[in-house]
Amino acid sequence: MQPGALAKALKSGAIWGFILLELIFFSVAGEFLSLSDKAFMDWENMLLLLKQSAPIGIIAMGMTIVMVNGNIDLSVGATFAIAAIVLLDSMTWPIFAGLGDWVIPVAWLLALMAGALLGALNGLIVWKTGVDAFIVTLGSMLGYRGIVFMFNGENPTSHLNWTLVDFAEAQFLGLHTATWFLLGVTFAIWFLMTRTVHGRNAYAIGDNREAAVNAGIRVGPHMMVNFAIIGFLAALSAVVFYSESGSVNPNDGQLYELWVITAVVLGGTKITGGAGNVIGTFGGVVAIQLLRKGLGHIGADTSTVNLVIGLILIAVLFLDKQLNVKGKEELKI
Amino acid sequence: MTHPVLRLENIVKTFPGVRALDGVSFSVLPGEVHALMGENGAGKSTLMKVLGGIYQPDSGNILMGEDKAVMSGPLDAKSKGIVFIHQELSLAEELSVAENIYLGELPRKSLGRVDWAKLSEQTNAILEKLNVGFDAKTRVGDLSIANQQMVEIARALTVNAKAVIFDEPTASLTDAEKVVLFDVISDLKNEGVGIIYISHRMEEIFKITDRITVLRDGQYQGTVNTAETDEEAVTQLMIGRKLDLTRNASHHELGDVALEVRGLSCGKLYQDVSFELRRGEVLGFYGLVGAGRTEIAETLFGLRDPSAGQILLDGEEVRIHSPADAIAKGISLVPEDRKGQGLVLEMNCRDNMTLPQVDDLKAGPFVAEGAEVAIFDQYRDQLDIRTPGWKQKAGNLSGGNQQKIVIGKWLSMHPNVLIVDEPTRGIDVGSKSEIHKLLRKLAAQGYAVIVISSEMPEVLHVSDRIIAMYSGRIMRTFTSDEVNEDNLIQAISGLGSNEAA
Repeated sequence: MQPGALAKALKSGAIWGFILLELIFFSVAGEFLSLSDKAFMDWENMLLLLKQSAPIGIIAMGMTIVMVNGNIDLSVGATFAIAAIVLLDSMTWPIFAGLGDWVIPVAWLLALMAGALLGALNGLIVWKTGVDAFIVTLGSMLGYRGIVFMFNGENPTSHLNWTLVDFAEAQFLGLHTATWFLLGVTFAIWFLMTRTVHGRNAYAIGDNREAAVNAGIRVGPHMMVNFAIIGFLAALSAVVFYSESGSVNPNDGQLYELWVITAVVLGGTKITGGAGNVIGTFGGVVAIQLLRKGLGHIGADTSTVNLVIGLILIAVLFLDKQLNVKGKEELKI
Repeated sequence: MTHPVLRLENIVKTFPGVRALDGVSFSVLPGEVHALMGENGAGKSTLMKVLGGIYQPDSGNILMGEDKAVMSGPLDAKSKGIVFIHQELSLAEELSVAENIYLGELPRKSLGRVDWAKLSEQTNAILEKLNVGFDAKTRVGDLSIANQQMVEIARALTVNAKAVIFDEPTASLTDAEKVVLFDVISDLKNEGVGIIYISHRMEEIFKITDRITVLRDGQYQGTVNTAETDEEAVTQLMIGRKLDLTRNASHHELGDVALEVRGLSCGKLYQDVSFELRRGEVLGFYGLVGAGRTEIAETLFGLRDPSAGQILLDGEEVRIHSPADAIAKGISLVPEDRKGQGLVLEMNCRDNMTLPQVDDLKAGPFVAEGAEVAIFDQYRDQLDIRTPGWKQKAGNLSGGNQQKIVIGKWLSMHPNVLIVDEPTRGIDVGSKSEIHKLLRKLAAQGYAVIVISSEMPEVLHVSDRIIAMYSGRIMRTFTSDEVNEDNLIQAISGLGSNEAA
């Protein structure tokens, strides 16, 4: 075995080991602590878990490619809320009154376009100004959220379309609609990142931007495409979620960016870019949802969940540094 | 005479306030290795950026064969057959060899997919030609520096290269790896490719190049046939005057032992290192990059924990746990990366100089600015630092003056041992000899000085004794009487005798 091979294996499999650990822990602890007598690892419960993972999970796939690129997008939560408003509000617009249920695809299209445009705008600013993505999207996070409040003040925007609700609650081959979207997006981004030239370039840019520039890759436009993708996915996440719920509060989607980033980092993506993959991100998303659900199952309240996830995130990154062979030869600080 | 593959005519490039290139012309013949030399700031990199399409010249022409060429960008230059092997290896470490070689031009199938079969087939064909020991799928981060360089060269071979530019290619290669590189260069040469070879290393220049072009301050100084010139003449062209690089001959009285190291080891980085350093002595450490010299300095300065061995200061064993510890015990380190590790570039000169002791200069809760200025003035005069005033940002000074600020910073702490890692890296030739004189002067004043350097003339010039290292071990310790270029080279290549500790 080569030196570092064990560390490598541990790292790539670590997230799945962690998920297994969670499952065992909550199953056993649930026997003693749970208020319900339903087992934690119940099939229905697991299916529900996947469905509940979808809103964060769909965005996390976009965040993976953006972070592999060496960027970050903090505005996804606000984009999510804007897309939700576009979706629900557009269905009540008088010009679409004659469409009947055909208003649904129109509203979807409008919401998705809004998301892609907002994302592309982030990308354009990063490209043209050269300002760090962290700062640009911090600004747009505030700005986009401002637009949400400008639209309807503190009031929720609501519209329930029963055809849409039926679609959103449907199950196909046992899986919920939202789960299918999550799986579909995961596959699409996996394909994009591992099989296409665009995906390989994303790694190259995140790994060594200068090398990418010298090789003639058009880095600016490339990054803009990825920001458009994550904007589109934030909107898709909203579309899937609000088709079912039918009502959006102006605060919805807040802190989503942090949950998404946590999932991506847990899944093994380097925050400096250049490394990471979609399968790991999927594991990260499931692990977080399991933790939230499991802690709820044994009777812990929401604030405990946040504390535990915060601690685990730091512990995981510390472990990662320890397992890293290079870490040992680093200078002390 | 054959027609040049590449000709530059009267290239002018100005930046705000600087005339970086002032009418530079030179040409490369097919099958020629043409050295481009000059001090830092002479305009070599600007010229190469013009050639690579990163900068557009204000005036002047680039001719390829008989036609005028305009390079609109790196990719355009490459498609015209101009390929760069960069000094800073420009590779994505997480990607495979094949992906790096075809970066920016990965072969595609439908749906924008990468054509992996074609990619590895093309790559392996090129790697076979270079006769290297790794394959297309290897992760670049797992290769040695030399092999990474081979990947860069392989990249050059993917296009029908007319001119290949090597920028300081041997900076981090071992001698054996250099031989392989020179073989590849001579193969390219035989295929009629024109080669531009940028290097500071005279012995290489005289070994492999056919002609030498020298730049100084953005101006063309002339082109000479390598066979008809010598090092001295080329240096004189580079700096515009003669350079004093005589061997260190001053033998003054040495004091007692300030620092002793016994059997010091740090994992795989270096093993079983022992030496003594006396007051008034300059001890040179010479070796290749990766020989463990810098790591020893970092251990003495408390940045690394040794895995075995003892450090004795004035005969007493000490343990150094942190740089703060080292400073308190009188050990100072002038690091190799001046801008990254030695200075706070945005801070003014005075504050940089008093950084380690600002805590001791307090008047009540406030920093005593007067005392700071006094310290700055003292060392500005003593070290002859040329700056308009202490308010000047350190980042605005020349390399030589920056280095003096760092040295002054440590002298103001009155150290027992001063370690200087690569004292003249990135400093122009003129200021170099000033730094050398300064180091000799400090020794004469009774400081115990360690100088780590990758430049042989420098080590020979300033040191009283020289420790030659190879692959983490001390190969031999020379006194200035017994050392010469040949036995020093042998020792750092692992050929010399292993001295008993």
